[in-house]
Amino acid sequence: MSTTTTADPMATATMMSPLHFRRLLASEWTKLRSVRSTMWSVLMLVVVTLGFTVLVTTLTMSQWDKADAKDQAQIVADPVSFILGAGFQLGQLTVCVLGVLYIASEYSTGAIRATLLAVPKRTSMLAAKCVVFAATIFVVGEIVAFVAFFTGAAIVHKHAPVSLSDPGVLRAVIGAGLYLAVLGLFALAIGALVRHTAGGITGVIGFVLVLAPLAQLLPGSAGKHVHAYLPSEAGHLIGQATKGSDDLLSPWQGFGVFCLWTAVLLGVAAWLLNRRDA
Amino acid sequence: MIEAHDLSKRYGEKVAVDHLSFSVQPGKVTGFLGPNGAGKSTTMRLILGLDRPDTGTATIGGHAYRDLAEPLRMVGALLEARAVHTGRSAYNHLLSLAQSQGLPRKRVDEVIDLVGLQAVARKRAGGFSLGMGQRLGIAAALLGDPKVLVLDEPVNGLDPEAILWIRNLLKRLASDGRTVFVSSHLMNEMAVTADHLIVIGRGRLIADCATDEFIERSSHKSVLVKTPDADRLAQLAISDGGAVASRDGDTLTLQDLDAPRVGHLAAVNGIELHELTPQLASLEAAFMELTRESQEFGQHGGSELPAPPPVSEETHA
Repeated sequence: MSTTTTADPMATATMMSPLHFRRLLASEWTKLRSVRSTMWSVLMLVVVTLGFTVLVTTLTMSQWDKADAKDQAQIVADPVSFILGAGFQLGQLTVCVLGVLYIASEYSTGAIRATLLAVPKRTSMLAAKCVVFAATIFVVGEIVAFVAFFTGAAIVHKHAPVSLSDPGVLRAVIGAGLYLAVLGLFALAIGALVRHTAGGITGVIGFVLVLAPLAQLLPGSAGKHVHAYLPSEAGHLIGQATKGSDDLLSPWQGFGVFCLWTAVLLGVAAWLLNRRDA
Repeated sequence: MIEAHDLSKRYGEKVAVDHLSFSVQPGKVTGFLGPNGAGKSTTMRLILGLDRPDTGTATIGGHAYRDLAEPLRMVGALLEARAVHTGRSAYNHLLSLAQSQGLPRKRVDEVIDLVGLQAVARKRAGGFSLGMGQRLGIAAALLGDPKVLVLDEPVNGLDPEAILWIRNLLKRLASDGRTVFVSSHLMNEMAVTADHLIVIGRGRLIADCATDEFIERSSHKSVLVKTPDADRLAQLAISDGGAVASRDGDTLTLQDLDAPRVGHLAAVNGIELHELTPQLASLEAAFMELTRESQEFGQHGGSELPAPPPVSEETHA
């Protein structure tokens, strides 16, 4: 038998040791990097986000004189929010898709059985998946966020100059990567709950794209409050330099609400994962 | 060693496993036999911690599967349903499993060589034939050099050469002192592979004994007899407690009577015989009969029509 360690395979500790958890991280990283959907999704994240950042900022600048004063004022007041919003609005969808696929495709292909035979401590398995996925998306997300910011800032410079040293700007750019990482976990949680790729993707996109406009249709302040506390609506506030005059939540409050949503969903996912037959 | 104690599992209305208890000993190949839908796969999933039993417990070496920290070093399993991401290469599939147990990369190459998948190891598993998929599953089962093997229908979809290879592999693993638990719905396959049999039908235990003993016990003897006076001999046989299994012109196959008894009946009644041959029913037929009985016992009341041959119900997963 060719083994490198002396860990006791019969150990029955209920908590997983750090050594074992590091092994799970290595295993999950292998799984994440070894399927094409990961490469495609990451590529799409970069291309779509940067592409739309350039497209939207360039078009806006070329139409600057025709834009109404209110829009102009909004962009000048918080250029970083405008720049990041331009690309991430669509780019974030690739993270939604990948987050669901990362776990739900294990169910659709049956690979989850091999996974759970290797790691019967299911909560640890889910935790390792979360760490690996969030870290991956965070790194890619930060790179994309900074490139998008510098590209967009150069394009909007003439009408809405902005620099990283302006108040709240650095936090907003870093926040965009953080937002993507948490969005990835949010999608992963839904994928783990639904255990079905198409259903999971529909569910996440529904949350991110469909629910927000619907909530705004609710009458009076109820609609405004529901809308403000929706996961992605609250979460993307972290990408603003300052709290907007219409916003109920500050950037960090919004991000906190988003993290709370994600934590609750992951908690339910872990609870069901341990109860359900695989 | 594997121990199942009072295991039960119900999926909705259907009782898949019904208060099943047995133990599987090391050092021999134990066949887990039953028709499709008998609950073999479910029992294995309960042992492997994939499904939760409604009642009872299953342990491997005294531990519940879910309590094993590095289970693949202790238990190797092959499930009937595919358990590989179709977009991942065989190598990366095995690598991710090896990493989760702290096994070195070298071990991945070793098991790939062992099952003969070198040529396709870097190809996506989605394109694998059934036989290649089985080999990959066996490679995964052997990865951690486990003391216990749980294999669900390992010869499914394999060509005769590969079936022979698996048979010899299982025997070798058992002779190393490992616990080898193999399911099959084919009696003949188990007769040549298994030293011990655990037979179930409708989720219940039918037999738990040495293979030789099972064959001896379950082979119904019958007698082939050729006579121009077949009608009369058939009647005599029935009134003597026998049964006519089949009739083809002047050839009868009689059951529940041995050849001397049939010969005696003919002689006493002056019936001319042209042939009188004792026959051993085929193992497969005997097994089917045995499990059919268990299915009838399993039906609680009601006037049901004769059941068609059961279809596979083990694909629920």
